[in-house]
Amino acid sequence: MLTIATGNKAVAAAVKEARPSVIAAYPITPQTEIVEQIADYVTGGSLDSRYIPVESEHSAMAACIGASVTGARTFTATSSHGLLYMHEMVNWAAGARLPIVMANVNRSLGPGWNVWAEHTDAFQERDTGWLQVYVGTVQEAYDATLMAFRIAEHESVLLPVMVNLDGFVLSHIMQSLETVDLGDFIPPLRLPHAIDIEHPRGYGTLTGPDEYFKFRWDIERSMRDSVRVIEETQKEFGKRFGRSYGFTEDYRCEDADVLVVAMGTLGKEAEVAVDNLRKEGVKAGSMRIRWLRPFPELDIAGRDVVVIDRDYSFGWGGVIARSLKAKYRVEPFSVIAGLGGQEVTFDDIAGFVRDREPGKEYWFGVNA
Amino acid sequence: MTEIPKEEYILKCTSACAGCSTSLILRYVLKAAGRDTVLVIPACCTSVIQGIYPNTAMNIPIYNVAFAAAAACASGMSEAFSAAGKKTNVIVYAGDGGTVDIGIQSLSGAFERGTDFLYICYDNEAYGNTGMQRSGATPIGARTTTTPGGKIHAKKDLDGIVAAHNPPYMATACSAYPQDLFKKVQKALSIRGPKFIHILAPCPPGWRFSSEKTIEMGKLAVKSGMWLLYEREYGAVTINGPSKAAMIKPVPVEDYLAPQGRFKGISKEALAMLKSQAEKSAKRLKLEADGVC
Ligand code: SF4
Repeated sequence: MLTIATGNKAVAAAVKEARPSVIAAYPITPQTEIVEQIADYVTGGSLDSRYIPVESEHSAMAACIGASVTGARTFTATSSHGLLYMHEMVNWAAGARLPIVMANVNRSLGPGWNVWAEHTDAFQERDTGWLQVYVGTVQEAYDATLMAFRIAEHESVLLPVMVNLDGFVLSHIMQSLETVDLGDFIPPLRLPHAIDIEHPRGYGTLTGPDEYFKFRWDIERSMRDSVRVIEETQKEFGKRFGRSYGFTEDYRCEDADVLVVAMGTLGKEAEVAVDNLRKEGVKAGSMRIRWLRPFPELDIAGRDVVVIDRDYSFGWGGVIARSLKAKYRVEPFSVIAGLGGQEVTFDDIAGFVRDREPGKEYWFGVNA
Repeated sequence: MTEIPKEEYILKCTSACAGCSTSLILRYVLKAAGRDTVLVIPACCTSVIQGIYPNTAMNIPIYNVAFAAAAACASGMSEAFSAAGKKTNVIVYAGDGGTVDIGIQSLSGAFERGTDFLYICYDNEAYGNTGMQRSGATPIGARTTTTPGGKIHAKKDLDGIVAAHNPPYMATACSAYPQDLFKKVQKALSIRGPKFIHILAPCPPGWRFSSEKTIEMGKLAVKSGMWLLYEREYGAVTINGPSKAAMIKPVPVEDYLAPQGRFKGISKEALAMLKSQAEKSAKRLKLEADGVC
């Protein structure tokens, strides 16, 4: 069905389609609309889920953990300080190998209070064992949420998945949305370690160094396996519903001399910049990173790279720029832009490309 | 006499200290609850008592979760079981620290939402698992490793806080009265909604008494009126036999404190506070039981 929706409503619609049996959530700007919409579905009877209106995000993830370990499909949504408040349980969910799906509406962190888009919130959860995908459109928010359930629950993954969408610029703007009839795209969840009264087990008990170490390796092994599962899932999604996705979304990259690497809505904005640059004779391309974990293989060797980070690791640098430098031994032009919802237009992005200085870090709009 | 089942759900070879009443309480709680039960525990002595991976001393599923999260985790579990049409008992078994301090938010949330579960707080009046630091449940005057001069703040009124949530059933119990404890757990599990049992758990290393005196310490707590046994069903208070007797003819509080190293050298003021608090609690409870307030 073709309709128009905000990013938040698109996520809620996908959740309705995926039918989790337990949803536990706490409202926070700009995620609020997701949980309001879900509450409305449940109250109106169009979604047969238990909705637990918890008293905090820490409890939201704890409730999802409790439900998930019984073998139930679970969902929650959060943003910014909510995600940070949940941090302890975010780790727990991955360590406990529970396929929880969470939407995170990317927002900056205080102080000062700022409710606008930034990726720093989710980046603080990079090392928890969650898979993380970043979307660029309303349609993609919907599609990625659906695929997240299937990927998380796959027997070779069994790790939680976080779907990230930019606050306001995506959560609150309307775009066209085509919803799907899911059919059997997401099979019933069979959790091999679900609580079983007939076979009592101790979950999360005290664990010595050797066994603990093996558990960590097991998470990493599943992360590596998830690459194949993500590829298969995205391919099948394309076959069934006509929209296909990759680890990155590459726009006019094949013959490009200079690549703009960004995430989320800035990655989409970069496509317009690329079109305009091409008109000027600059052979530019946009490579939007979708999956942050597992981190993708990028075809960037031998080209100029302009990285736009809507994040920052203080005392270190833009996270994506630094990651590419470490992984591919390139010298990107590292642009820090869009923090706290700073407006970055396609003209600005074209400017970054024109004025690039490989190896330099540039804070957009700030006298650095 | 209540028939107590022979089945054991906490097996031998636990890692509890000698004379630990917490493991004794757990034994009776699980006998009363039966096989179709899941235990949710935050960080607490039971994290150790259950044994070390890949082994377990528990004969029922036991889910370990982060310190502040037990009641919320149980909320999710209870809803998921009920959505799947299962009747499985969900029991939080948490120490005083995980209950009165770090876990009180999630406890309050789960009670406010009417979660169908039983929350048991076994109260050894300190952070026993980590070597006896003060908790909000440590009584005034008690020495712990973080209150080496004796605690200067009164014990938090956990039962008052829980009662304010109006759960259908709440009770207190003590490890020295296992029959009473067993019956209360059974009754609690027969009622839908959030239930709460607060159980005094005398702790030999923490309270500094010799380990063969565990039962005696529990009895002295009740007989001196320092621990009151009662139930609150749909708001109506019943004081149980041993506490009724203690209200008429209590043994001196000093008899309860003297064998405990933690109260050695307690100040006159702290002692007077302890006594007056116990008297006030008893008086208030009696008025409630008599239907006066
Ligand atoms: S510290 Fe006390 S409560 Fe904890 S296991 Fe030892 S005796 Fe039991």
